[in-house]
Amino acid sequence: MNLVPVSYYLVLSAILFGLGVIAFIFKRNIIAIFMSIELMLNAVNLAFVAFARQWNELDGLVFVLFVIVVAAAEVAVGLAIVITIAHNRRSLNVEDVNLLKF
Amino acid sequence: MFILDHLWIILALPLLGAALNGLLGWRWPKWAVNAVGIGSVSLSFLSVAELIREFLALNPAQIPYFERYFNWISAGSFRVDFALEVDQLSIVMLFVVTFVSLLVHVYSIGYMAQEGGYARFFSYLNLFVFFMLTLVLAANLVLLFVGWEGVGLSSYLLIGFWFLKKSATDAGKKAFITTRIGDFGFTVGILLAFWTFQSVDFGTIFNQLAARPAEGATSIGALTAMALLLFAGAVGKSAQLPLYVWLPDAMEGPTPVSALIHAATMVTAGVYMVARMHPLYSRAPLAMFVVALVGAVTAFYSATIGVLQTDIKKVLAYSTVSQLGYMFLACGVGAYAAGIFHLMTHAFFKGLLFLAAGSVIHSLSGEQDMRKMGGLRKRIPITYWTMLLATIAIAGIPGFSGFFSKDKILAAAGDGPYRNLWFWLLGLVAAGITSFYMFRLIFLTFFGKARYNEKKVHVHESPKSMAVPLIVLAACSVGGGWFAAPHIVGGTDYFEAFLDPVFASYPVEPLASGQASLPVGGNESAGTALDPQAELLHAVTGPPVIAAIIGLLLAWWFYIRRPEAAKRAMEAMRGLYTLVYNKYYVDEIYAALIVRPLLWISTSVLWHVVDEKLIDGTVNGVADAARHAGARLRELQSGNARSYASWVVLGAVGFTILLLGLWMVR
Amino acid sequence: MSLPFILFFVCAGLAILGAVLLIVSREPIHSALSLILVMVALAILYLTLGAEFIAAVQVIVYAGAIMVLFVFVIMLLNAGVEERTNWSQMAKYAGLPLAVVLLLEIAQWFWRSPTSARAVNGTPEAHPTHALSVLLFRQYVFPFEATSILILIAILGALVLAKRQE
Repeated sequence: MNLVPVSYYLVLSAILFGLGVIAFIFKRNIIAIFMSIELMLNAVNLAFVAFARQWNELDGLVFVLFVIVVAAAEVAVGLAIVITIAHNRRSLNVEDVNLLKF
Repeated sequence: MFILDHLWIILALPLLGAALNGLLGWRWPKWAVNAVGIGSVSLSFLSVAELIREFLALNPAQIPYFERYFNWISAGSFRVDFALEVDQLSIVMLFVVTFVSLLVHVYSIGYMAQEGGYARFFSYLNLFVFFMLTLVLAANLVLLFVGWEGVGLSSYLLIGFWFLKKSATDAGKKAFITTRIGDFGFTVGILLAFWTFQSVDFGTIFNQLAARPAEGATSIGALTAMALLLFAGAVGKSAQLPLYVWLPDAMEGPTPVSALIHAATMVTAGVYMVARMHPLYSRAPLAMFVVALVGAVTAFYSATIGVLQTDIKKVLAYSTVSQLGYMFLACGVGAYAAGIFHLMTHAFFKGLLFLAAGSVIHSLSGEQDMRKMGGLRKRIPITYWTMLLATIAIAGIPGFSGFFSKDKILAAAGDGPYRNLWFWLLGLVAAGITSFYMFRLIFLTFFGKARYNEKKVHVHESPKSMAVPLIVLAACSVGGGWFAAPHIVGGTDYFEAFLDPVFASYPVEPLASGQASLPVGGNESAGTALDPQAELLHAVTGPPVIAAIIGLLLAWWFYIRRPEAAKRAMEAMRGLYTLVYNKYYVDEIYAALIVRPLLWISTSVLWHVVDEKLIDGTVNGVADAARHAGARLRELQSGNARSYASWVVLGAVGFTILLLGLWMVR
Repeated sequence: MSLPFILFFVCAGLAILGAVLLIVSREPIHSALSLILVMVALAILYLTLGAEFIAAVQVIVYAGAIMVLFVFVIMLLNAGVEERTNWSQMAKYAGLPLAVVLLLEIAQWFWRSPTSARAVNGTPEAHPTHALSVLLFRQYVFPFEATSILILIAILGALVLAKRQE
């Protein structure tokens, strides 16, 4: 009933992932970078769902579920860290978090 | 056959003495150091005496008596054992070395009594004896070389004994380096011997030589090359032209050292080596000619220098060089036994001369310049009489030991199978000059008015420890010649007969020489059978004796009778005088031609360029490169998360390409 | 051009638009809202792929909880306009090309990936959610429980980290 070939979804997933990488590289706000990570995870989720449709298996969907749950946990902890950094460095620019330089 | 079967004892005793005195002696009282030092050498001497007794009981087939202890080097086909052997030649050398060493050790107790480093001195002396005995007893070339180098080391240590004095350390270095040049030739000679004979053992080499004929007199084959190279080592070690320059400087060392090492034993190692390798030399006529030439020229040349020296020890040093020349002359004309005999008599009278000179210096509290001596005859009679006896011996006055040995050499030079008129002439003139400068020494030192400050210097005779060795050696200088006395006085030439089995072995046809024979001495000429009376007359009035007496008379004239004549002669020959007085400027020539360029190369080239720029530059350069690379790489750690993210993406791209490639290939 | 295709391209367009807006926005709050757009578009796409439960979870959890958390934090920190600092040479020059290359590579890889016959023509599940839950609680029960512990730890971690130092 779905006439759209699965490969279209996969290509979309690839494009979204690439855009997420671009965002990760070019944004300077820490929170924005975090969001780009979420974008990448979403792209991967799309790929999993597409593959689940392709092979007619439901394991892909289970995976997606776990990805979402883990992403939630990660965001919780990650944003807590971001808040700490924001208080310490008084800036949300990722380039100000550079204490590990040589 | 206790000692014969345990030859190593003779070596081990002085080595033990050296170790004990060297490691522990600095804490011991003097009598303990003496006991160890003298005790080890005297035990060694007694062992040699016992060895002689046992040796004489052997039957000829057992000689050379060979003892192999262990294998030292084994590298492919190159095999060197620690092996000792004894034959008649070894016996003579052992006797000379241990006997004179013992006397010198006893003498040193008195001479070095006030010096610092007492135990060190005896340790070094014992060490020297050990190495010299190793050299003499060695049964192969490499072990001989070990002894050779060892005596060189001991000589260096002893010349520079007063190491805080720059002239002494310089002299030690000069000795070591100059002999090194000769030793290089020696080493190449050993290698050539191994290449030719596949062995360095004397027995094996001589057996192979026996099957070989003599080489031509004008070509340089392997045997001649070997003989010349080994002789190069002897030129260095035995201070012949052109490597003699170290010996006069070696007088910086204490006088007992000069007596033992630079007169009686170490410098004679070269002569021993040539005599030991006589089968080789007999088959290399060109080499023999070179040996005789160097010997004769050195004998004459060095005697001329000795005429004008003012330091009493330097006169004796040049005299030693000259007498060594005689020994090489003897070997070069095939009279090996005569050369060894002169070695023995020279050890006696030259050792005595040095010890007596030490006694003179000691009595004048350190004065060595003969111009500041004089009139000591009555003050130090023992020293005077023993020194006079030694001088008569070295001058070659008949009846004394030097006469017999020198006469035999000149007779062989003039009338032997390898006779050569020029060598004989050089030797004769040198004999006259020898007599002259030796009596000059006696007259300047012991006769005339005292030229030193009699109030300041208290002249005293030497203690018994110094006087007794003098007397013993004097007795040997007088009587030591008689057992080589030739037939004319009714004695059998025991010495030559004793050594005959050694030198008559491995015979080879001597090449016919075109020289006419000269009627000299008459002892050696095989054909002329004069009746004993005429022979005696010949011996007593032969040219060498006449030359000796002329020398004596000239010395008496110039230094006793008419001292102002000496000054006039000097004025007349100003140029020649200056040349000879400055030892022909040889040291200066060597310094300019060899030493300074070498130092310049070492400093400017090797040090500044090679060491500093090349080697240090490379090493430092590598370090600098590492440091710079590190500095650049360090900048990757920028701490910037975006930069890290970009690098991660780069990695991901690379990885993806890889996987893609693999997938597509599949 | 049938309905499925139109739907696909619209949603795909919206998703890409949202992603581009995320990159381009200067204020983080705008980026957050763009991300929500992307997620909603993806949820619709999940529906077209027959994963209803996942679509619901996406909207409820992802867009409804996680993004709300993002918005709260942005408001808490008063994140303003983003500065344009340029301290990373590597990011400035090599970042874009590399990212594009990566994108293209993955895209073309996916394009070439084999499709199976039964994918397009296969009969879908009648009750996919029921089947999903069976799978989840039977085969994947252990990861399920582990994940719940993970959430607990995350809560604790967030509490500890975000606590203001007294």
